[in-house]
Amino acid sequence: MKPRRVLAYLKIFGRTYTRNRVGLFFALIFPIILILLFGAIFSNTGSVVVDLYVQNLDHSSNASQAFVAALNHTGVFSVTMVSPTAGNLSDWLVSNGDTAGLVIPSGFGSAYVGHHAVNVTVFTDPAQAATAGVVDGAVQGVVNGFNLYAAGAGPIVGVESLNVGSQTYSYVDYLIPGLIGFSILVSPMFAMVNLSSQYKKQKLFRQLSLTPLTRGEWLLASICWFILLVFLSTAIMLAIGRFAFGTDVSPTLLTLPFLLLGPVLFVSLGLLLGTVSKTPESAAIVGNLITFPMMFLSGTFFPVSLFPPYLQTVAHVLPLYYVVDGLNETMIFGNWHLALVDLAVVGALALVFFVAATRAFRWQEE
Amino acid sequence: MISPKTSAELYGRGIVRDVASGGVPSGAAPTVHVRDLVKAYGDVRAVDGISFDVPPGTVFAFLGPNGAGKTTTVEVLEGIRPRGSGDVRVLGRDPWTDREALLRHVGVIPQDFSFFDKITPVEGLEFYASLFDLRVDARALLRTVELEEKADAAFEKLSGGQKQKMGLALALVNDPQVLFLDEPTTGLDPQARRAVWAVIRSLRQGGRTIFLTTHYLEEAQTLADQVAIIQHGKIIAQGTPQQLIAQHGRPERLRIEGPASVTEYLRGHWKGPVEYRDGATYVQTEGKEGVMQVLQIVTASGLPWTGVETVRDTLEDVFVRLVGHMQEGRVSDAAAPLLGEAAR
Repeated sequence: MKPRRVLAYLKIFGRTYTRNRVGLFFALIFPIILILLFGAIFSNTGSVVVDLYVQNLDHSSNASQAFVAALNHTGVFSVTMVSPTAGNLSDWLVSNGDTAGLVIPSGFGSAYVGHHAVNVTVFTDPAQAATAGVVDGAVQGVVNGFNLYAAGAGPIVGVESLNVGSQTYSYVDYLIPGLIGFSILVSPMFAMVNLSSQYKKQKLFRQLSLTPLTRGEWLLASICWFILLVFLSTAIMLAIGRFAFGTDVSPTLLTLPFLLLGPVLFVSLGLLLGTVSKTPESAAIVGNLITFPMMFLSGTFFPVSLFPPYLQTVAHVLPLYYVVDGLNETMIFGNWHLALVDLAVVGALALVFFVAATRAFRWQEE
Repeated sequence: MISPKTSAELYGRGIVRDVASGGVPSGAAPTVHVRDLVKAYGDVRAVDGISFDVPPGTVFAFLGPNGAGKTTTVEVLEGIRPRGSGDVRVLGRDPWTDREALLRHVGVIPQDFSFFDKITPVEGLEFYASLFDLRVDARALLRTVELEEKADAAFEKLSGGQKQKMGLALALVNDPQVLFLDEPTTGLDPQARRAVWAVIRSLRQGGRTIFLTTHYLEEAQTLADQVAIIQHGKIIAQGTPQQLIAQHGRPERLRIEGPASVTEYLRGHWKGPVEYRDGATYVQTEGKEGVMQVLQIVTASGLPWTGVETVRDTLEDVFVRLVGHMQEGRVSDAAAPLLGEAAR
């Protein structure tokens, strides 16, 4: 084992990889697109704003104006007033393509002051159940407040909303370790499956076998390259998280072995698949069959705990799950015990696949 | 016409004699030494008991049709394939057990040489140099193989001939004493082929030993000091190109362009064999006097002949006759024209 030869091949491989833009796109650019896309889509789920069209048929009264102000104050609604002369609000909403409305009946103010029962009418679109639920709930909250006030009482039981854990985390916080896991999986798998069958076909392994480079040096250099890529990808993910989404996710010392062993695992697995496949075409198919389910089911894009139970069972047999979970435990939750369990699984799998790949892989077919 | 008996002697026994003599030259210890090499894949004996020696500083061409056992032999010599039985030495070492030591003294271009698509010749040479722990002037080496102008072009952008030249340059990085070139010009256009030949010639002049496999006869004839023809895993003829032509070729002949009437006239006036083929008359003459006599006869005939030349067998004619003969398994006058050009 000569470091000089490892470095020499690392240089050649790195050049080949960076000049072949497809590989670089999937390794570095694609995760950036994903974090920006998913981050933008899901980071606003906590503060939904619904356009609410309010027709106040009692607009001269203080009570009705206070009610509209209270609706505005919830922060849930962006209230737009509709003229009392616009006719039936339901028809108006349909003709304008809007889905949420509220009518304050005439005589609302006098009824409230005189403690007579009176109803506001809420219109929602059953096809948009989530929005309808938000509207009903928020309006109910305002109504309760008015009722309590009219009864001369104040709230006794309040609700303080908190997330699980000591701190609050946004979706992007989970997305960062997930996408680092994505990089750990995707770039070595696609590259090694393709490369090991392609080198075989082009007789490049035979070419290398005529030099002093050994198989071990070759494999080590390949692993080193993908470790470098993973480090680069991790740095990019953390930077984007911090500067684009204001997250505070940062790696710890125990994150490091996952960033090292993950590439070992998937370089070995990719090499193994490429080696045992007869043709580059069949290698690509087998590679995709293994990579894609792992990509989606290991908690890279969505936490595994959101999955139905049978899919959670599937996730627990996927090697990437333990990488992603380990990254989550070390980078977000700081749970060393669980992280060490994950690390043990990742280390054992990396060892198994590494040994299997080096056994199966030959410079040349005999 | 030559009698069938003569043909049988020419083809049959001559071959047997050649195999037995082995074409072993005298002098310095051979750079490549092969005795009774056998390599079988399952039931198929790809190489079936061949023996030869390559003296230092010479070019040895291994000729044979596709599937004859050329590449298997080269791979055994390169140390990337174990042999079945027999003795093989390269620079006095066993290429299979002593492979690592030999790597440093041997240069190889495999058949269908290819390299990393995105890597340039300069980068490739520097890569090899660091693998061998050597310093190399990449551009100077590329000048040697006439690839300087493409020094910084990606391998995938090179033409077929340029790719082969890069293969040659890579094989030269470790300044090898012996080079194994497995079909170095297969698939190249004639110009590129000639350019590669020029490089091989200059390498030989530099004192290197070159073992070359090819199925281009012209290549063997122009480059090789020694030629061995391999067929079905056995060497069927061996020697210098001139020896092979002298032993297995047909006598020198006169070719007279003109109508068939010239042939008829000569048959009536000349004692030797005469044959008409493709608009020309082929006449077997005995030495220079015979040539003069035939020319006098033709001139005297007053027939409208248009040109005359002497025809000599090339290595290709010899190869086609030998290999064709072995494939047919019998002597066939119909398959090989006696006096005309061999069918290609």
